[in-house]
Amino acid sequence: MIATLVFYMFAIFCIGSGVMVVTSRNPVHSVLFLILAFFNAGGLFVLAGAEFLAMLLVIVYVGAVAVLFMFVVMMLDVTVAEMKQGFLNYLPIGLLVVVIFIGEMLASASVWHMAPEAAANIQAKTPGVDVMSNTSALAELLYTRYVYLFQAAGLVLLVAMIGAIVLTHRKRKDSKKQVISRQLARDAKEAVVLKKVETGRGI
Amino acid sequence: MADVPNIAPVLPEIFLALAAMSLLMLGVFQKATTPDGVMRASRLTSGLGVVTLVLALILVFTVSGAKLVAFDGLFLSDPFSSYVKILILLASAFSLILAQNWLERQGAHRFEFAILLIFATLGMMMMVSAGNLLSLYMGLELQSLSLYVLAAFHRDDTRSTEAGLKYFVLGALASGLLLYGSSLVYGFSGTTDFATIATTIAAQEHTPLGLIIGLVFVMAGLAFKVSAVPFHMWTPDVYEGAPTPVTAFFSVAPKIAALALFVRVMVGPFGALVAEWQQVVVLISILSMLLGAFAAIAQTNIKRMMAYSSIGHVGYALIGLAVGNEAGVMGVLVYLTIYVFMNVGTFACIMAMRRGDRNVENITELGGLGKTHPAMAAALAIFMFSMAGIPPLAGFIGKLYIFMAAIDAQLYTLAIVGVLSSVVSAYYYLRIIKVMYFDDPGIEPLESPLPTSIVGVLVVTSLATLLFILVPSPVIGWAGTAAASLF
Repeated sequence: MIATLVFYMFAIFCIGSGVMVVTSRNPVHSVLFLILAFFNAGGLFVLAGAEFLAMLLVIVYVGAVAVLFMFVVMMLDVTVAEMKQGFLNYLPIGLLVVVIFIGEMLASASVWHMAPEAAANIQAKTPGVDVMSNTSALAELLYTRYVYLFQAAGLVLLVAMIGAIVLTHRKRKDSKKQVISRQLARDAKEAVVLKKVETGRGI
Repeated sequence: MADVPNIAPVLPEIFLALAAMSLLMLGVFQKATTPDGVMRASRLTSGLGVVTLVLALILVFTVSGAKLVAFDGLFLSDPFSSYVKILILLASAFSLILAQNWLERQGAHRFEFAILLIFATLGMMMMVSAGNLLSLYMGLELQSLSLYVLAAFHRDDTRSTEAGLKYFVLGALASGLLLYGSSLVYGFSGTTDFATIATTIAAQEHTPLGLIIGLVFVMAGLAFKVSAVPFHMWTPDVYEGAPTPVTAFFSVAPKIAALALFVRVMVGPFGALVAEWQQVVVLISILSMLLGAFAAIAQTNIKRMMAYSSIGHVGYALIGLAVGNEAGVMGVLVYLTIYVFMNVGTFACIMAMRRGDRNVENITELGGLGKTHPAMAAALAIFMFSMAGIPPLAGFIGKLYIFMAAIDAQLYTLAIVGVLSSVVSAYYYLRIIKVMYFDDPGIEPLESPLPTSIVGVLVVTSLATLLFILVPSPVIGWAGTAAASLF
C-alpha cells in the first residue's frame, strides 16, 4: 500500500517535471526541473530494487550532467523567445505525428507476446537482494562475463575524447602562458633598467 | 570465481587496441611545437599505423580457419569473420598509405588521423565478429564515432565540418533505430545472444508481429550503415564534403564491415525468418541499384558520382544477401573483395587530381588525361571498365557470381533489374574514359609526377583488377569456405 503510494508520487512528479522541462519559459527553470525528474526517476529505480542505477542516476546525471547543462545554458545565453518562434507553427503537424506514432505503438503492443522460452533464456539473472546486493551483482557480471563489452565501452569513450580534442583544440596565439624556466632564468640585468631622470622632465 | 576467458580468438583485436593506444602515447609525447615536429609526429604514427594494420592482418591469418567462440558467445571467430577482417584491414592500410601525402599538402596532417583510422578499423573487426546484439552495438559505435571525427577531420574546411555534423546526426538516429529494434528482439526472446535468438525463433509456430517490427528496425539501422536506398541521403553530401582520403576509406572499409554484419545478423539469429526479411532486402536492393545507376548520371563532381556508384554497388551486393544461401553469401564476399581493389584504385586517381596547389574534383578536369598522364589514364580506365562489369576484368566476375546466385534461387526480377541497371551505370563509367581520351586538356594539365604512395597503390590495385581473371580460384575457394561457415 505504502509502496504503491510512493510509486505514484515518484511517477507523477517525474512526468510532471518532464512536462515542465519542455514548457517552462526560462531555460534555467528547465534544467532545475530536469534535475527533479532525474531524482524521481532514481526513486523509481529504488522501488524496482535497482539501487545501483538509482545512485548512478543521482550522482552522474544530477551531479555531473545537469550541472553541465546549467553551465551551457548560462554561457550560451539562449533566448527563449527565439527558440519558441516556430513552436506554434509546428504544433499541429507535431501533434499529428505523435498521435499516429502512439496509435501504431499501441497497435503493435496489443499483439505483443513474449516467446515462452524467454524467461529461461535470460542470461544474467540477478540474485535476490537477500543473497547479494544489487551493486555487487552488477559488478560480478560486468567484470567477468561482460568484460569484453566493458573494455569496448572504454575504447568508445577514449575515441570520444580524442575526437573532441582533434576537432576543437588549437594553439591560441593570444593566450599568456607561464614558462617557469624562463622566469627563473631572468636576472636583474635584463629585467631592470636604470634611467637617469632629469629634474622637472619626467620620463 | 569466473574462469579466465579464452582470449586467443580476440588476439588481433587486442593487439590493434593496444597498438592504437601506444601510438597515441607516442604521438602525444612527440615535440610538436614547430611545424617540423608536427610533420614528424604525423609521419611517424602514419607509418607505424600501416605496420600495425599489416601485423594485425597476419594475426588474423593465424586465428583463421576454425570456429572459435570467446567471452560467452559475445565474440565469434570463424572463416567468415577472418575473410572479412582481412578485406577490412587491407582497405584500411591502403587508405592510410594514400592519406598521408594528401593531408600534408592540405596542411591537415595531425597524428590523430592514423589513430582514429585504426580505432575505426578495430570497431569494424568487432562488428564482423559480433555474436550478440550488445557486442554488435559496441563495435558499431566504436566504428561510427571514429568515422564522424574523421569526416570532420579537416576542421578548417566548412564542407568537411558540415559532412561530419551531417553524418553524426543521421548516424545517431540510425543507431537509435537499431537499438530500438534490438530492444524489441530482446523483449521477445529474453536474450541478446545470436545463437539463442535463432533457436528461440525457430521454436515458434507463428512469427509474432512484435518480433517482425524489431527486425525491421534493426534492418533499417543496418541499411543506413551500408547506405542502401531509402537510407542513403547522407552519402553524397558526406562523400563530397569529407577529405578525399577519408572518402576513399568510407567507400570501402565501413561498407564491407556493415554488409558483413548485415549478412551475419540476417542469416544468423533471424535465419528462420528468411521469408520475412527477404522481401525487404529485395526491395532495398532494387531501389539502391536503380538510384545508383540513374542519379550518378547527372553528377559533375567525381566524388559525388562515386558516392552514387557506391550506393549502386551496395545494391548489387545486397542481391547476394537476398538470396540468403551459401552461394549468395559467397557472391557477396567475392564482390566485396573485387570492390576493394577497384574503389581504392579509383580514389587513388581522384587524390592525384591536383592543379597548382588545389585539388580539383570536376569530371571535366580529367580532359586530355590520356595524353598528359597515359599511365594514370590507363589505370583509371581499367577501374572504370571493371566497375561497369566489362568481361575480362575483375568487376565482371563479381557481378557474375551475384547474378548466378540470384538466378539459381529463382529471383529473376532481381537479376534482370541488376543487369539493366549495370547497363545504365556503364554510361557514366564510360563517360569518364571518353573525357580522358577524347576531350581536350584544359588550360594546364594536372600535376605530375604523382606521389610515390599513389603510384604504388595504383600499380597494386590495377594489376589485381586486371589479372584477377587469370587466378580467381584461391579467392573464390576461400570465399566459399567463409560463406559455408555461416550456415
